[in-house]
Amino acid sequence: MKVEFDYTRSLGSVLSQFMSALKQHSVLGGVLADGRVVVPPPEFDPVTHDAITELVPVSDHGTVQSWSWVPEPVSQQPLTKPFAFAQILLDGSDAPLLHAVDVDSAADISTGMRVRVRWAEETIGSIRDIACFEPAGDGETTGSASMDFGPPEVTGIISPVNLAYDYAASPEETKFFRGLSEGKLFGQRCPVCKKVYIPPRGACPVDGVPTAEEIELPDRGTLTTYCVVNVPFKGQTIPIPYVSAYVLLDGADIAFLHLILDIDAADVRMGMRVEAVWKPREEWTTSLDNIKYFRPTGEPDAEYDTYKHHL
Amino acid sequence: MAKIPAAVIGVGQTKYQALRADVSMAGLLREAVDRALLDAGLTFDDIDAVVVGKAPDLFEGVMMPELYLADALGASGKPLLRVHTAGSVGGSTAIVAASLVQAGVHERVLTVAFEKQSESNAMWALSIPVPFIMPVHAGAGGYFAPHVRSYIRRSGAPLHIGAMVAAKDRQNALKNPYAHLHNEGTTVESVLASTMLWDPIRFDETCPSSDGACAMVIASETAVAKSGVTNPAWIHGTQMRSEPTTAAERDQVNPQAGRDASAALWKQAGITNPIEEIDCAEVYVPFSWFEPMWLENLGFAAPGDGWKLTEAGETAIGGKIPFNMSGGVLSSNPIGASGMIRFAEASLQVMGEAGEHQVDGARKALGHAYGGGSQFFAMWVVGADKPAN
Repeated sequence: MKVEFDYTRSLGSVLSQFMSALKQHSVLGGVLADGRVVVPPPEFDPVTHDAITELVPVSDHGTVQSWSWVPEPVSQQPLTKPFAFAQILLDGSDAPLLHAVDVDSAADISTGMRVRVRWAEETIGSIRDIACFEPAGDGETTGSASMDFGPPEVTGIISPVNLAYDYAASPEETKFFRGLSEGKLFGQRCPVCKKVYIPPRGACPVDGVPTAEEIELPDRGTLTTYCVVNVPFKGQTIPIPYVSAYVLLDGADIAFLHLILDIDAADVRMGMRVEAVWKPREEWTTSLDNIKYFRPTGEPDAEYDTYKHHL
Repeated sequence: MAKIPAAVIGVGQTKYQALRADVSMAGLLREAVDRALLDAGLTFDDIDAVVVGKAPDLFEGVMMPELYLADALGASGKPLLRVHTAGSVGGSTAIVAASLVQAGVHERVLTVAFEKQSESNAMWALSIPVPFIMPVHAGAGGYFAPHVRSYIRRSGAPLHIGAMVAAKDRQNALKNPYAHLHNEGTTVESVLASTMLWDPIRFDETCPSSDGACAMVIASETAVAKSGVTNPAWIHGTQMRSEPTTAAERDQVNPQAGRDASAALWKQAGITNPIEEIDCAEVYVPFSWFEPMWLENLGFAAPGDGWKLTEAGETAIGGKIPFNMSGGVLSSNPIGASGMIRFAEASLQVMGEAGEHQVDGARKALGHAYGGGSQFFAMWVVGADKPAN
């Protein structure tokens, strides 16, 4: 499964100034109530809790206070080759900044080593404007220029989040998914309340007991309730308007959501009898979308009393 | 051992709006917190613990935001807890804070809830594909619309009831300076004429997407006496209940968890006839039809009769049981904060500080929140008088 989104962050006054300064190759620290300078600047003082208002330029040179070697970099880390993460005390600041140092091996970095910022080729007002740190030899401090930055140019950032994961199906779900790949629908019955669940869950949510008895269900049933989706949104996979409906398969005690087609949305009714329309057999996978959609069977609608306890 | 009487002594809210580009999440929260502390006449030094709530992390894409928010919330050196119960979180966060005081653990607890919806897209975050269901779901509206249709079928309610609720709440919002939507001239007719989004739910029957935060200070009886606050909102009862998202034949129109929570709440608060004894209610209504549904679920009306109270105007200010005098979730929806806003607005009513949307003489009020697939419920009763028990 894959989940990804570009979040739009508003930075607020302090971080807007910090990011805007980075764009101009300058590093700002926040001045705490006790006079200490911290990079990146916190928005609120950790002791007095007051808002931080004073920002001062600090040097782009500093000293390694502590470090850890990263032999196998992973995606999104600052460098693609082995590097060191280090706590770096920038000249003019009182608390270290965590960042990457580009050296060839663990033997090339040590506590007390002088390093300097390597700026990104293009700076845009992001923490990644500092591409990484590199050895600075004798460590002559050039310092960030003290300048009048004016109103911050950067007030927001895009923060992408990207998550890919494998879904491990339970034994009950495995049977359900394998059944789908053979065009069959398998549910399970609770030994206590006797209700039939599809998809099966492995345990009854009401009685809390394992479910083991397998029940094969037909691919037709009753539409209990529905809505017509007419809203476009990011990530949508079905063209609007479409009918999203609860389908109660004959013999099941719980309805599941599916798509209704082959009928005008305005003609869809509660109680309508529906049947599955499967994809061509050669396209079947272990997925519920082997059923493309449900369509009306043409039978008379179910009596209200037969499904009202599912509303 | 009896509970220690506790009360709300300070409330702070931000102006709810679509986009607060001028502040970070920390800054947004802090605005509400500073106002609550000022209202209570306290500083961070007086606070013993902080309880924060927000809706799912995917809404802003920051995992465990409470870690980064500790400085802004003045929590260093103090207990900081985060509560997480989907849309009901603002309510359950307030209840956790109240419990810490009622149990005698702390004297003064700061509680705050927030959402900065502009950083993401809740429709997207609530429609993440999962392997075992068809991707027909479409945000919260797509989830709840079929159940609204079920309510209409079960109750036989006329189709304009949802529009009546929306028009009433939007008119109420005009009296609340913090409300997100200030849509002048919203009428039943204009709501009915708005676009159908998730049939049977129309655009104007839907909550907006808001940035905002709400904070409260909850104090023990002793701390109330020391505070100089003369009109605290005393907590008469708090209840939370949960149930599975889906179960065979689960009632999603009138959920068991909500019925159980409200029955226990009325008993706890010594209320035998809710509609007579509760002066007004701030109830979580993100889609207009949830007003009649919750009127029934909360026991203000018999099953199937909730819409009759709405139709008779009894849920308007001046009616028998005013609902959502502030404009409600339909007018402001910073999701994680929305439950706490209900709890805070109920408090403001019994404190007599609700301003233009004050219900005259309100002495007892209900604050309510629900979340997930109508599966988490949190509610409290606050009163102008110290509870007897």
